[in-house]
Amino acid sequence: MPGTFEPLPGGGAAVALDDVEISIIRSLAVQLLELIGPGPAEDAPDDPLAGLFSEGPSEPPSDPVLMRLFPDAYGDPEGTPQAAEAEEQRAHSAEFRRYTENDLRAGKRDNALVVVRSLDALSSGSAGGDGAVLKLSAGESRQWLGALNDLRLAIGSRLEIADEDDSDLLFRLPDEDPRKPMVMAYLWLGGLQETLVATLMP
Amino acid sequence: MGTVTSPAPAEIERTEPAEEVFAVPEPDVPWVTIVHNDPVNLMSYVTYVFQAYFGYSKDKATKLMLDVHHKGRAVVSSGSREEMERDVQAMHGYGLWATLQQDRK
Repeated sequence: MPGTFEPLPGGGAAVALDDVEISIIRSLAVQLLELIGPGPAEDAPDDPLAGLFSEGPSEPPSDPVLMRLFPDAYGDPEGTPQAAEAEEQRAHSAEFRRYTENDLRAGKRDNALVVVRSLDALSSGSAGGDGAVLKLSAGESRQWLGALNDLRLAIGSRLEIADEDDSDLLFRLPDEDPRKPMVMAYLWLGGLQETLVATLMP
Repeated sequence: MGTVTSPAPAEIERTEPAEEVFAVPEPDVPWVTIVHNDPVNLMSYVTYVFQAYFGYSKDKATKLMLDVHHKGRAVVSSGSREEMERDVQAMHGYGLWATLQQDRK
């Protein structure tokens, strides 16, 4: 079935994608890569130690999508801490960010890159134009799963989906609403992700 | 056997540590990793993450996922602060919204 991942015998998964679907996923993955940005070592490619010793940021990102992908590790989202406690949580979150955000960004970048590369291999293999069947190994499936989730988090954040009521409203948008194409992509990616999870369930 | 002929290592006199004990705040209170509800993450995906990362059974992973969904949050692991930072980092890697805190209850 189109847009549905099926498990492959011996591990991995396959999905039939048409050319439009391939270009949508690829374009979204490239946008995600641009948003996540280059790794620290890419600023100084000649220095092999630059990546090892560079620290991550201590300030939370200002972009709401990045803030959702790299949230604060300390702090109760429902709590109203005293000033001193809030200050301590900010300091701990900054410290955590400094030591983890570069690695987290690298992991998400790797996942999105696997998506782009496997789609490029697919399009170069089928010049016909009618789409193709994408076959993923078990490892690639897990990376696709992570990337699909990050894409949905990013789109959900752009669409300002903050609770279940928001998503219900968005799903009933009239066709002329400018958010409609993004909502359609969001729902379609959700279906893809749902069927991909099913192939990976232990 | 049984007879110790070599001299036993001398006990080191412990005189200072008494004060240090009081300097460590709440030493035995464990830390917990909390996963928060999020309308974007699929229920099946959250269950998958709890099984794949923590190695929880399908039943336990499903119960935790439902707690997150219905109660807005669930404690998914507990341990030292370092261990919980590792779990929170892993959850962020999967795209789940997680925080750690000292378990005050």
